Amino acid sequence: MKLLLENAHIEGIRYFEAYRKNGGYRSVEKALKMTPDEIVEEVKKSGLRGRGGAGFPTGLKWSFLAKPEGVPRHLVCNADESEPGTFKDRYLMEFLPHLLIEGLIVSSFALGSNATYIYIRGEYAWIPDILEQAIQEAKNNGFLGKNILGTGFDLEIYVHRGAGAYICGEETALIESLEGKRGNPRIKPPFPAVQGVWMRPTVVNNVETLATIVPIINMGGEAYGNIGVGKSTGTKLISACGNLNKPGVYEIPFDLSVEDFIYSDEWCGGIPNGKRLKACIPGGSSVPIVPANLLLKTAKGETRYMNYESLSDGGFQTGTMLGSGGFIVLDEDQCVVKHTMTLAHFYMHESCGQCSPCREGTGWMWRILKNIENGKGKMEDIDLLWDVQRRIEGNTICPLGDAAAWPVAAAIRHFRDEFEWHVLNPEEAQQRNYGIAHYADPREVPVA
Amino acid sequence: MAEQPLFKVTIDNVTVEVPAGTTILQAARKAGPEVAPPAMCYYSKLEGSGGKCRTCLVEVSKGSDRDPRPMPKLVASCRTTVMDGMEVKNLTSERVVDARKGVVEFLLINHPLDCPICDQAGECHLQDLSYNHGASGTRYEFQRRTFEKHSLGDKIQLHMTRCILCYRCVMVADQLTGQREHGVLERGERAEISDYLEKSLDKEFIGNVIDVCPVGALTDKTFRFKNRVWFLKPLNAHRDCPTCSGKVTLWNRGDEVFRVTARKDQWGEVEDWICNECRFDKKKTSDWVIEGPREISRHSVISQNKYIGMVKPKETIDEVIGKEPRLFLDIHDVSQVNEKDRDLSLIEGPAHSTDFKEKDEKKQ
Ligand SMILES: Cc1cc2nc3c(=O)[nH]c(=O)nc-3n(C[C@H](O)[C@H](O)[C@H](O)COP(=O)(O)O)c2cc1C
Ligand code: SF4
Ligand code: SF4
Ligand code: FES
Repeated sequence: MKLLLENAHIEGIRYFEAYRKNGGYRSVEKALKMTPDEIVEEVKKSGLRGRGGAGFPTGLKWSFLAKPEGVPRHLVCNADESEPGTFKDRYLMEFLPHLLIEGLIVSSFALGSNATYIYIRGEYAWIPDILEQAIQEAKNNGFLGKNILGTGFDLEIYVHRGAGAYICGEETALIESLEGKRGNPRIKPPFPAVQGVWMRPTVVNNVETLATIVPIINMGGEAYGNIGVGKSTGTKLISACGNLNKPGVYEIPFDLSVEDFIYSDEWCGGIPNGKRLKACIPGGSSVPIVPANLLLKTAKGETRYMNYESLSDGGFQTGTMLGSGGFIVLDEDQCVVKHTMTLAHFYMHESCGQCSPCREGTGWMWRILKNIENGKGKMEDIDLLWDVQRRIEGNTICPLGDAAAWPVAAAIRHFRDEFEWHVLNPEEAQQRNYGIAHYADPREVPVA
Repeated sequence: MAEQPLFKVTIDNVTVEVPAGTTILQAARKAGPEVAPPAMCYYSKLEGSGGKCRTCLVEVSKGSDRDPRPMPKLVASCRTTVMDGMEVKNLTSERVVDARKGVVEFLLINHPLDCPICDQAGECHLQDLSYNHGASGTRYEFQRRTFEKHSLGDKIQLHMTRCILCYRCVMVADQLTGQREHGVLERGERAEISDYLEKSLDKEFIGNVIDVCPVGALTDKTFRFKNRVWFLKPLNAHRDCPTCSGKVTLWNRGDEVFRVTARKDQWGEVEDWICNECRFDKKKTSDWVIEGPREISRHSVISQNKYIGMVKPKETIDEVIGKEPRLFLDIHDVSQVNEKDRDLSLIEGPAHSTDFKEKDEKKQ
């Protein structure tokens, strides 16, 4: 079942006419006849969890918004999408810009925002034009601007470009950047719901989260909540990449098994060149990497599914996270050490530098990893690396510190023998990769 | 205005009552220097400071009387407010001691450790922090980060390589001089403080960045390399200043004023901001009315000798917190320059290499 991408392939759906003809903007018509509180109630009933990575219940977040008398409130759409492996929001904005605008109108009405911002990643250079066009079309057709549909509700949506910083996806850094300041995360509390943009109460939500408000209002929160499994309701966009036959953006049901998602022809179509699965990062670069055997089945031997609960089954010891849905697949030819080093470099490069553990620790981890990768590592370096990540995690201002520590921790936890092999065979490690060892793909070896 | 309710909070088994809205750090300072966590970035007189260095992390083992659940993560005590009945562990928490050791290590891996040629040595908070909470060796084997030296106007030297990015100077520039001059460029480990527009900092109060800097990254060019702080005698003095309170500390050797700073309390925070004129231009004893010796009650080299006021941990402290305080390695006992009865004011002028040479020659 597709709730978001249903119409993605219709000719001209990027433009208002085709979008409207295919049922677009119905949710605005419906929502503006409801009270804001009723909308929040529907969102609560839907069980929608934030699609930006943390999975926090959206309805609950909305209900925390402070409403002091006479102070404007704001909705901010987080379109910074800079997590390596995640590119679902881009797809949505590129092909269905009106779906996002529609979701923003309904959500702004529910939250009482008359000025709503889309903060978009600087590198998505061509997308602001698409969004601006959609905004203009919506305005021309009375869905945006003053007195929308004669209800007296005014709304302007502004597109604000970032300047190329992953950290500006963290909601308080985003707010600082939106205010024109350096994108340093704020120290919380106060939370944005109380003091956000210009110290006004603010809700920050992900692009996909806000687009999902459209089907929720159209079908009703309860009906939406009945789709899916457990606390994973509705559907989810997954951006699949790495060693897959059919990488791309998929809208998946939450009862899809990881194995089906990777191997079935309906989805990613398996791994190219008859290679075997080695490891996977299922939720964007920050979530723990898991070896093939723990990806397809949980430690208890149960099938793993593509949803919040199943992917995190086993905690960080044997599980991982759904995160933002950036599904990165590594086949047997990939080197976990090199891969971890690349990620460590990313986090070092993207740290804002405000707090000592992250500023100094991310660079230290990268340098140790670089040594191990280049055959200059020592056995103690592996323990040192573990110790450094341990002292970053949980001790920083914002979760970027954790995000930098987790991939390193998971790589050592599950692939320690590969690190040791690099240390013991420095020369061989420059010539070939380690392969997949005991965390082998539990599936049968494909016949070449 | 309604009376602020008083909250009871216990830090390392010492209980104090503080008004609602007080931070854990402030409450701990009230409880006494033995239990107060070190703070490298927080500065009570600068709005929005704190939260960055992470040296003040503590464990909240009980949230409050109403909600006794412990907090899962260590929290920055400088930015976390107390709740009634809260219980906090600082030195009594193994987790805190370990995390802090980590923070000190992080702060030092790229630090140049050039204390022998650094003007801040002896009154440096990073030195104190490392003595008290750090490890003796380093596990960092890579080249340390360096930056070009930089002048902030003609009076202030920025030695970015030593900076710990506490942002205090940025906040001083922002909040005291009425115009933002200073900012942080770049990000991550390449982040650096910069006089963004390269213009000379002629704002009346900009000199205070020197006093707030916990390390030797910002130093007074009118004092640089002139003397070691522990050879100087701090004196409280004042003058009738049209711009600031005129209440300063003079750092003298005999009759000569080597430098002028604001008066700092036991946490190293200034009591009153002072203006540039007082700091940089009034370098004669006759410019000032001397009040008497300044007490330096910090556990650092500057408080050595007879510069009274150093508070030693109370004997009972180990009984109260349940273990011997790791704090306060007595560096004064270690340093031989600081023999108890040595009267520095009797030594004429700063020592030069030639003095030693002469002696050596005499020996031969
Ligand atoms: C370093 C960092 C980067 C982040 N980047 C993004 C991002 O690009 N897009 C996003 O939606 N959320 C991002 N987040 C999460 C946001 O802080 C925030 O939780 C999210 O926008 C909330 O939206 P949601 O509740 O709809 O998921 C990031 C968080 C961190 C710590
Ligand atoms: S954890 Fe890293 S990115 Fe986040 S505030 Fe600290 S230094 Fe900045
Ligand atoms: S120069 Fe000094 S005051 Fe400024 S950020 Fe660096 S350490 Fe802090
Ligand atoms: S003093 Fe609290 S984080 Fe620096």
